[in-house]
Parts: sequence; C-alpha cells; structure tokens
Amino acid sequence: MESSPFNVETAFTIGPLAVSWPVVVTWGIMAFLTAVSFIITRRLSLKPGRAQAVLELIVSTLDSEIRETVAGNPARFRPLIGTLLIFILAANWTSLVPGVEPPTAHLETDAALASIVFLASIFWAIRSQGVGGWLGSFVRPSWLMLPLNVIGQITRHFSLMIRLFGNVMSGVFVISIVLSLAGLLVPIPLMALEMLTGAVQAYIFATLALVFVGSAVSEAATENEPKQKGTEA
Amino acid sequence: MNDFIQITSVIAATFAVAFGALGPALAEGRAVAAALEAIARQPESAGTISRTLFVGLAMIETTAIYCLVVSLLLLFANPFTQ
Repeated sequence: MESSPFNVETAFTIGPLAVSWPVVVTWGIMAFLTAVSFIITRRLSLKPGRAQAVLELIVSTLDSEIRETVAGNPARFRPLIGTLLIFILAANWTSLVPGVEPPTAHLETDAALASIVFLASIFWAIRSQGVGGWLGSFVRPSWLMLPLNVIGQITRHFSLMIRLFGNVMSGVFVISIVLSLAGLLVPIPLMALEMLTGAVQAYIFATLALVFVGSAVSEAATENEPKQKGTEA
Repeated sequence: MNDFIQITSVIAATFAVAFGALGPALAEGRAVAAALEAIARQPESAGTISRTLFVGLAMIETTAIYCLVVSLLLLFANPFTQ
C-alpha cells in the first residue's frame, strides 16, 4: 500500500528544523526558474534571439490575458500572476523527472500559494478602495449579507487550495498505483494526461487568482464610473 | 471496534466518491454541450468561450475534488482509528 498522501517525508534536518522533500523540490524549481530568467534577460537585444523571443511571447500573451480580465495596465498584476502560472506549471511538470514528486501534490505548498493569493487580494482591495471601502464591500448590498460575504471570501481561497491539491495529488496517486500493478510503458498515457491536467490547473489557478485580485480593483472602478461589465468570481 | 470503523470508513469513502462524482459529471456534460453549441454558432468567439469553459469546469470539478479529499481523509488520515 502506498503511503498516505497527507504525509511528507523529511529530506534532512538543520538543527531542530526538519526540511521536507517538497520544500527541497520547491527551492530547486525556484532556483531553476530564476537561473533561466536571469540567463535569458542578461543580454537583451533589440533583435531578439530564439530564447528571448519565447520569453517575449510568454510575457505578451500573459499581458493580453490580464488585459481581457481586468481593465487597465496589466503590468500591475504581471509579477504575481505570471510567477504563479509559471511556478505551478513547472511544479506540476516535475513529475516527469524520475524520483521527484510535484510539491503541489502536498497540501502545504498549495496552502502557501493560496494564502499568497488571499493576502494579495486583500492588499489590492485596500489599495484601490481604502480600508473603509474594503470593509464596506462586506456589507454590500445589505447587512444581512455580512456572514455570507465573509464566508465566501475564505472559502473561495480554500477551494483554490483544495482544487490544486486534489487534482495534482490524485494524478500522482493514480500513477503510483498503476505503476505498482504494471510497471513497463503502461503509466505513460496516464502521465501524458497528468501533464495536460497540470497545465490546465496552472492556468486555472492563475486565472482565478487574477479574477479574485482583479475583482477588488474592478469593484473600485465601477463605483466611480457608470456601470461597466465587471468580472465576477 | 477498530476494524468496524475501518470497514465503515471504506464503505463511506466509496459512497462519497461515487455520488460525489455523479453530480459534477452531469454538470460538466451540460457545460461542455452548451459551450460546443455556442462555438458552433459563433466560431469567432471560440477563444473566449473555451477560456470561460475551462474556468467553469474547474469550478464544477471542485465539488468532486472535495469528495475525493474527504474519502482520502477517511482512508488515510481517519481521526477515529488513531
């Protein structure tokens, strides 16, 4: 029987601090992505080479996606959303490396990512509406909605966490079960499916994060302007 | 006593996944059917429709994932069998 998906194995200990494998893999992914970005952007030229062209394509696609969801300058959200998208994509696809388990298949990583989005949405809401406006958004349209609004704020970030965890973990779990039944070549179609799921989940996480963060900003925009089409979660 | 709890947990986990998958499956079928119809009618807006479809499908799928997590909790992290 496989070990529980809720357990994490300790890689090594620094004094009293136990460092688990997902943390090691996470730092590895972060180092890899940082190194790649640094190497490509170190010598930017006006006539882009192959790597720079790919990077520019990624950034411009990201910008157009952000612009379609939230009106205004996409550069405000690009660092957060782009990092989330690329990191989760890389993390989900680490299952292709033999012996490495995706860090997103553990609840702790997803909880960290979802709390980043949670704090970012509060930050943007306060920044665009002020503290009073942010607290006021909980009692709109009436006082009766206060508990529902508070619960809704928390559960949508909770479901963000559970969605990523459930999808990636179930893929890893199914592959490991199939692997223990038939080892040679049989898990490959499942792994291909898992790559697709990983890409879709990364995209969905980033899109929902953008919608959550952007809904605060567009709420502020609709207060000042006449009614325009807003983005709802 | 412990055995009884484990047997019950396995049965409960099966039911959680079985019935938890039923609703989202029907809902996703409806969503995809509606999206296909819309794309057939307006192929030029296929990009917007499929983006919205993906996000919507993820939302629907969340309920099934909740059931999966609950059943895994029952199987692997059952608080009553410790």
